[in-house]
Amino acid sequence: MIPPSFDYHCPTSVSEAVALLSKFGGEAKILAGGHSLLPMMKLRFAEPANLIDINKIPELRGIKDEGGLIKIGAMTTENQILFSDLLQKKIPLLPEAAKLIADPQVRNRGTIGGDIAHGDPANDHPAIAMALDATFVLQGPNGQRKVKAVDFFHGTYMTDMAEDEIMVSIEIAPFAPKTGYAYHKLKRKTGDWATAAAAIVLQLSGNKVAHIAIGLTNVAPTALRATEAEQLMMGNEITPALIDKVAESVRSICDPAEDLRGDAEYKTAMAGEMTRRAIAAAVAHCQ
Amino acid sequence: MSKKIVSMKINGKKVEEAVESRTLLVHFLREKMNLTGAHIGCETSHCGACTVDIDGESVKSCTCFAVQCEGSDIVTVEGLAQGGVLHAVQEGFYKEHGLQCGFCTPGMLTRAYRFLQDNPNPTEEEIRVGMSGNLCRCTGYQNIIKAVQYAAKKLREDAQKPVTA
Repeated sequence: MIPPSFDYHCPTSVSEAVALLSKFGGEAKILAGGHSLLPMMKLRFAEPANLIDINKIPELRGIKDEGGLIKIGAMTTENQILFSDLLQKKIPLLPEAAKLIADPQVRNRGTIGGDIAHGDPANDHPAIAMALDATFVLQGPNGQRKVKAVDFFHGTYMTDMAEDEIMVSIEIAPFAPKTGYAYHKLKRKTGDWATAAAAIVLQLSGNKVAHIAIGLTNVAPTALRATEAEQLMMGNEITPALIDKVAESVRSICDPAEDLRGDAEYKTAMAGEMTRRAIAAAVAHCQ
Repeated sequence: MSKKIVSMKINGKKVEEAVESRTLLVHFLREKMNLTGAHIGCETSHCGACTVDIDGESVKSCTCFAVQCEGSDIVTVEGLAQGGVLHAVQEGFYKEHGLQCGFCTPGMLTRAYRFLQDNPNPTEEEIRVGMSGNLCRCTGYQNIIKAVQYAAKKLREDAQKPVTA
């Protein structure tokens, strides 16, 4: 399968990339890792007249600890996340989740920014970013602005990003000591998208929940933050009865599309189950 | 749409060629460079039959444009054997019968070539994870794992041998 023709542009700075986006308006697409865009181009679901390849912009790569905030360049690859000592120390949920994304070759190309900006609810980073309370830094012709992960996703393939903006970085606060975390993803095989997945960030004070964030992958038109389920947990001891209620609350907000991974009922049930398992795994990290 | 000149190193040799922007790396290698080792399998970055090494990383060449490889150093399966001597990974697949139909083999070999440089002494589990981006529909993987283990051992032994002039 050969993609449709396009003009290729390879800027070496973010401002150059933004200028190209402004120039072409809706006639251009950004090429990050390309592992969603190229298959879509082959199938003619995307036929951009211009491709702006941002792989050769050094300022978009790397993971830094700056002023108490972890800043991840949008073009940081899944393998760079997986093997990052800094993330392993500060936000271990990200390397743990990266293991479950795609396969070794694809992780060399696929980027965190591409995964998020694509707006595909099947991608893993949107729900994880929601659970981490991440902030996305976008750059357009008028400079940079910041958007919280929970406000970024408007619908399937629809995000808060304007046509002339690109994602520059993802900012996340490092975990406090004894923060529990887990990403549980049900998938049929390596490289598959989630049938359902749950990301958990948890802190306990004594045996009561002091902080909880639940992000859900691929069970609705966008990634979800399960705020009502979180409310049920806040300030309470985690008991089997509470987990039942939390799973029920999670299932109540699911609205998955039926596909080869299962029907809506099955995926909804699995979202509840992944949440249960992820909470149990997160609790173990809090000790 | 006009063509672009790209230059890159393939198996140690400098090449320069005019390509259409939309030309995928795997098509460039097979049709322009006559290097038909990288196979076109699924074309959707799942099967790994098109795996090549770009700047020290394994990449699926069906999901990368040739124009993106400007200035890159590429190794394909044709570049593994040196001076008529099989590379350790090739010897391993031969000795351990790591293939049946052979379609996935070039991708398996180039992936194993890079994986064993990243992890020279892997456990079986690490091999299974490291090779998880390559599908084989014949072998059931058992002999592929053995082949990679064979190659790992041979490469470690070779590394310990004194260098002779």
